[in-house]
Amino acid sequence: MTVIERREVALVDLLDRLLAGGVVITGDLTLRIADVDLVRIDLNALISSVNANVPAPWGGSE
Amino acid sequence: MTGLRYVYAVCRPFDAPLQSQITGVGGAPPRLLRHHDLIAVVSEVPERDFAEQPLRAHLEDLDWLTETAHAHQNVIDALTVVTTPLPLRLGTVFHDDSGVRVMLEAREEGFLRTLDRLSGRVEWGVKVYAEPEAEEQPREPAKVTSGRDYLRQRRRSRQAHEEMWEKADRFARRLHETLSECAEDTRLHAPQNSALSGAPGRNVLNAAYLVPRRNSEEFVELVDRTKNEEPGLRVELTGPWAAYSFSGEEPGDRESDGMSGENS
Repeated sequence: MTVIERREVALVDLLDRLLAGGVVITGDLTLRIADVDLVRIDLNALISSVNANVPAPWGGSE
Repeated sequence: MTGLRYVYAVCRPFDAPLQSQITGVGGAPPRLLRHHDLIAVVSEVPERDFAEQPLRAHLEDLDWLTETAHAHQNVIDALTVVTTPLPLRLGTVFHDDSGVRVMLEAREEGFLRTLDRLSGRVEWGVKVYAEPEAEEQPREPAKVTSGRDYLRQRRRSRQAHEEMWEKADRFARRLHETLSECAEDTRLHAPQNSALSGAPGRNVLNAAYLVPRRNSEEFVELVDRTKNEEPGLRVELTGPWAAYSFSGEEPGDRESDGMSGENS
């Protein structure tokens, strides 16, 4: 196994880091939106796309 | 019309040139903005997409988010080749260069400390999944002839299920302990929801490890060795990443939460 060059990065792994990690800078000068929002947005965006494309696994029909 | 400044990372000045072909978020090439002994890596982004309101709206759009996250990551990757960047969170936008400079000035000491701590280190992600195949299925699709049969079958499958969780949990804890010994710092991320990740099985460990570059090979081998240790459990390694999960100023006391795991 090689230590470097593993390209195919899954979006969820990326978002774990880009939306939950990284230095958070707040203040008047930045337009960065609040933490809580980002985490929720991450989930909302993903869920709505999951719902649009794939039947949710827990959505059993009667 | 002036653009806004999207900031990817802060790092120490470096000599090697950045890869020439990279484009940043929104397509503009990243450039280096120096302030004393720090560099901010910035690119110009249009107000129509990155002012507060449009940014908020865009973040709800998965295609946009995907593209932006990858563009952000490409810049960080390119930086990782030449230095140890301190990555900023996605969507850190300033009005102009002087806003970026003021921020660098204000946080200079903290940045320098964190950069020293992270210098020469990378982050590895390790996830453990309990695979659904491991759940013991009744061999023959046992015909349910009575209510009692049904209940018995239910109980059997619930017990098998519980045993599998206990096994998965023990394995994950042990693996985390082992890997922690090889790492300078660790973070536990919230387990990923399988509906969102598309990965089969249930994510029982989603951890990040800060490892010196020179020990990375050893760390990867350690993870590899565990891969087929337990049937029904799958171990996945991602990285090396820039130290996203370790960019806070205080080591060892931040765990991400907020997102709950499975909601099945």
